[in-house]
Amino acid sequence: MKYLCLIYDDEKEWQKFPKEVQDQYMGEYGAFTESIKKSGQFVAANQLQPTHTSTIVRSRNGKISTTDGPYVETKEQLGGFYLIEAKDLNDAIKVASRIPSAKSGSIEVRPVVERPA
Amino acid sequence: MENDISAHVRDKVDAVYRSESRRVLATLIRLLGDFDLAEEALHDAFAAAVEQWAERGIPENPRTWLISTGRFKAIDRLRKNARFESADGRALDRLEAVQTPEIDEDGVEDDRLRLIFTCCHPALSADAQIALTLREVCGLTTEEVAHAFLTPPSTLAQRIVRAKGKIRDAGIPYEIPSRSDLPERLDSVLHVIYLVFNEGYLTSRGTSLTRADLSGEAIRLGRLLVELMPEPEAMGLLALMTLHEARRTSRTTASGEMVLLEDQDRSLWDRAQIEEGVALVEQALGSHRFGPYTLQAAIAAIHAEAQSPGATDWAQIVGLYDVLLMTDPSPVIELNRAAAVAMRDGPEAGLALIDAILARGDLTGYHLAHAARGDLCRRLGRVPEAIRAYERALEIATQEPERRFINGRLEVLRGASLR
Repeated sequence: MKYLCLIYDDEKEWQKFPKEVQDQYMGEYGAFTESIKKSGQFVAANQLQPTHTSTIVRSRNGKISTTDGPYVETKEQLGGFYLIEAKDLNDAIKVASRIPSAKSGSIEVRPVVERPA
Repeated sequence: MENDISAHVRDKVDAVYRSESRRVLATLIRLLGDFDLAEEALHDAFAAAVEQWAERGIPENPRTWLISTGRFKAIDRLRKNARFESADGRALDRLEAVQTPEIDEDGVEDDRLRLIFTCCHPALSADAQIALTLREVCGLTTEEVAHAFLTPPSTLAQRIVRAKGKIRDAGIPYEIPSRSDLPERLDSVLHVIYLVFNEGYLTSRGTSLTRADLSGEAIRLGRLLVELMPEPEAMGLLALMTLHEARRTSRTTASGEMVLLEDQDRSLWDRAQIEEGVALVEQALGSHRFGPYTLQAAIAAIHAEAQSPGATDWAQIVGLYDVLLMTDPSPVIELNRAAAVAMRDGPEAGLALIDAILARGDLTGYHLAHAARGDLCRRLGRVPEAIRAYERALEIATQEPERRFINGRLEVLRGASLR
């Protein structure tokens, strides 16, 4: 099964970190990504720009409205994701628990709807 | 004559249903990979048993017969569905996935554990874990579970449907957790059992009859877990429940008034249950891998073994609370420890500890903290202070028997202050 691991963390905290700490974090992320590529569980991953870059788009009756994001103010913000291949939820939880941000923020694990091709 | 035979067969099927249906269901869920399909297969298998056992006699191993009959019935059902829903293809996929059964004794017992761990998976909400466990593992009907938790049956049915949906769609596996995951996953199972027990034991709502049934169900579940997986904390929880249960009849008067531990008629305590609890505590403590349930059970065991409140080994109880606070720190445990210190060293010492907890701002909204404070002030003869503390407790307490108890204390104290 495929699971999307959504990474939530306090981006204000992150911005306050000195460069060495940020580098160390990125190093941990690099090692983690490498390890799930090796185990064959990696499908895709990306880090997102901070929430101040976010835009909300709606189309109603053919009229498009665009507003400044984020949608709701929360303590933790979506900062990136991993799309992984896992045997089942327990397997996915194991992978998600090793994402470096699991230690400071939280990871939401969502199964992907799979339709027959 | 024929009626006699069919009545005999029906009795036998009923007996087998009571003793085997949960095992058969647990194995069918593994073989079929789906809760709903397994439940339908279970019912089909028992319906077939009523018919066929009358004709061909009762099989040598009813359990194996039921499992393989259920599996065939499920395959039939999937074939039929596949014909009507060929566009969907899902039923056919499932049919191919149905495994050929391996039915041996160990396998069946493992399936029961798989069922317990799946129903208590931490990815499900606590409410869903409880509902699913009582329904699938204990075999209570949706109506019975709804009645016990004073929830409308439709709400409970919805909860169960949603939980099964999550198990299926999120891919919660039907497995016994690995060694490394076991502590966390076992905690979740123990917590569900403990919540069910407390719901029955702390007669906060509803009639006392249904509540006692829930405690009994929790104890049965705890016993099953210890049988299948004799982990120290599982024993500790079973011990804690049996030791509490042993005191049930002495906890309230015939008219439903609350009786404090120190005032309980100890001749009413169930000796057999106490013996069982004490033996389990000793076994769990001996493992040196015990946790908070075992420690709480050890404290309950000391109370249960004391001939009178005065003969209680308060020093040992304080010591156990100290260990408990190290492994599982909580202000409520601190409060209980303070009460034990008051018994060991006198009310003054206990009062100082309670005041320190309240001064931190912890437990200021907890009625038992104020009631305990009121009791110690009362013992020290500080009547106005005791009255204030009990009044504060009364402002927060919601359970009727507790409110009546506090009011009773207040009446006596107010009488004393007038004299």
